[in-house]
Amino acid sequence: MLVELVFHGRGGQGAVTAARLLVGAVHREGLEGQAFPHFGAERRGAPVRAYARISDRPIRIHEEVRRPDIVVVLDPDLPKLVDVTRGLKNNGVIVINSKTPVLFNGYRAYFVDATGIALELGLIVAGWPVVNTSMLGALAKATGLVSIESVMREIKEYWPGRIGEANARAAELAYSRVKKVE
Amino acid sequence: MTVKLLTGNYTVAEAARLARVKVVAAFPITPQTTIVEKIAEMIEHGEMDAEMIHVESEHSALAAAYGAAAGGVRAFTATSSQGLLYMHEVVWWVAGSRIPLVMAIVTRAIGPPWNIHVSHEDIMDQRDTGWIISIAEDNQEVLDLTLQAFRISEDPRVYLPAMVGLDGFILSHTTMPVDVPSQEEVDSWLPPRSPGPYVIEPGSGVIMGNIPPDEDYMRMRKAMQTAMRNAERVIMEVEEEYYKLTGRRYGGLLECYRCSDAKYAVVLMGTWAGNAKEAADRLREKGYPVGVARIRYIRPFPSMLLREKLGGMKGVMVMDRSVSMGRGGPLFLEVAEALRSKPSMMSVIAGVGGVDVGVDDISSLVEKFIGKVEERGHVYIDEYWYGV
Repeated sequence: MLVELVFHGRGGQGAVTAARLLVGAVHREGLEGQAFPHFGAERRGAPVRAYARISDRPIRIHEEVRRPDIVVVLDPDLPKLVDVTRGLKNNGVIVINSKTPVLFNGYRAYFVDATGIALELGLIVAGWPVVNTSMLGALAKATGLVSIESVMREIKEYWPGRIGEANARAAELAYSRVKKVE
Repeated sequence: MTVKLLTGNYTVAEAARLARVKVVAAFPITPQTTIVEKIAEMIEHGEMDAEMIHVESEHSALAAAYGAAAGGVRAFTATSSQGLLYMHEVVWWVAGSRIPLVMAIVTRAIGPPWNIHVSHEDIMDQRDTGWIISIAEDNQEVLDLTLQAFRISEDPRVYLPAMVGLDGFILSHTTMPVDVPSQEEVDSWLPPRSPGPYVIEPGSGVIMGNIPPDEDYMRMRKAMQTAMRNAERVIMEVEEEYYKLTGRRYGGLLECYRCSDAKYAVVLMGTWAGNAKEAADRLREKGYPVGVARIRYIRPFPSMLLREKLGGMKGVMVMDRSVSMGRGGPLFLEVAEALRSKPSMMSVIAGVGGVDVGVDDISSLVEKFIGKVEERGHVYIDEYWYGV
């Protein structure tokens, strides 16, 4: 089994951290993982990518994810700027931060208002709503790749204390609120 | 042992901490920076008992680490690309002084044009300096090679500094599970630094680097080459002892993957060896008998092992991530010499400047190469650029 993911975000939104946290969460469930940024010049606000691989065997492949099984989009406006479904396998899953349903033909799409959750919980860093941890909760629900318990435990261990608690709560809320686009 | 999720750079920092390095002097450069950041953090939090010397350049970084090591303590530094070139004079100075020292090289392209991505020009440029040079495939091996580098470098039969290479971004910034030994385990295996080969301290009366007779200079260069030869054996011994501690070993200077019954082999070094192994598995499913020989040590170079393992094969394809301008792929040239060009050979230059090379790329290259050999009987393709 090999599952490959692409996280699309804006520089500063925590796409790389989301990939890293996902690998930590699946590792708690006995799976191997690999997380890495797209190797480019990252600038705050510009579109960026991060990748993750998950497998039941040690991972020795090191190349960009060219044919993802799952795509996570952290910013509602990104599909206007980048082809977020590029390479996505037929019937692959796409989970997007959006208030309203977004249709991606040929793919199983899910949406959750991660920005709204961040504002609700007061999760704001440097003026930006924190959406990456919510998206992990939504991802857990949409794909069943990992349990929400493992996601929350990983988040709390990554940021001990109040910050971790709030982010774990965001993931939990997104887990309960994510909806399939019909 | 504890499994931790670490980037390649944090793995280097863990290894330096576990080796009880006492002095670190470094100057930040992408993609090496987070090694130094992590070490600084460990020192600040009291997790590592070391002195961090802030310097204004890489030349000074290595000079300071060299001075500390010449004073008898275990010292460490790390750099990349332009930083390594900037310290190049001191690189020779440390080796010629026979000072045990370990330096991580996060491999990166050299400008211009500016490029921060993986390429092997920087580490290949160090081949003649007298440093032991190893290069890792994954983060686990980054830890293993770094810890072993201290033992090898400090062995009285060697007394040469050691570089440990890890690929920029592909390892330095990729998070993977790493089995990290405990401090007690490492302590039981890696003793404190011995004061050899000499210690320069106030009142010691030792000098190094003064002008000797020309014959003595030449004798000292010859002694370094002898030490390199000794290192071949020491590397094997150290790896065996490490295996007893951790249960991990890779094959010394050269790792051979499915080579024993292979008729064709891919030779390469660094992270993309994982892609080559995956390609070999897939090619075998198609009926191609392919193996992978991964160079783990550029210096000392595994000439004998290559001859022994690959000498009888039908074809050997060598993949270089750098170019010796006016000559070709440097790894290819060294492998061709080791094999005396008996098998069919092909030199592939790819992935330079971070160009992504995946499993499909490697398997299609190997398939093409095998096709040519089967068609013509014997081929010698001394330069093929893939990807541009």
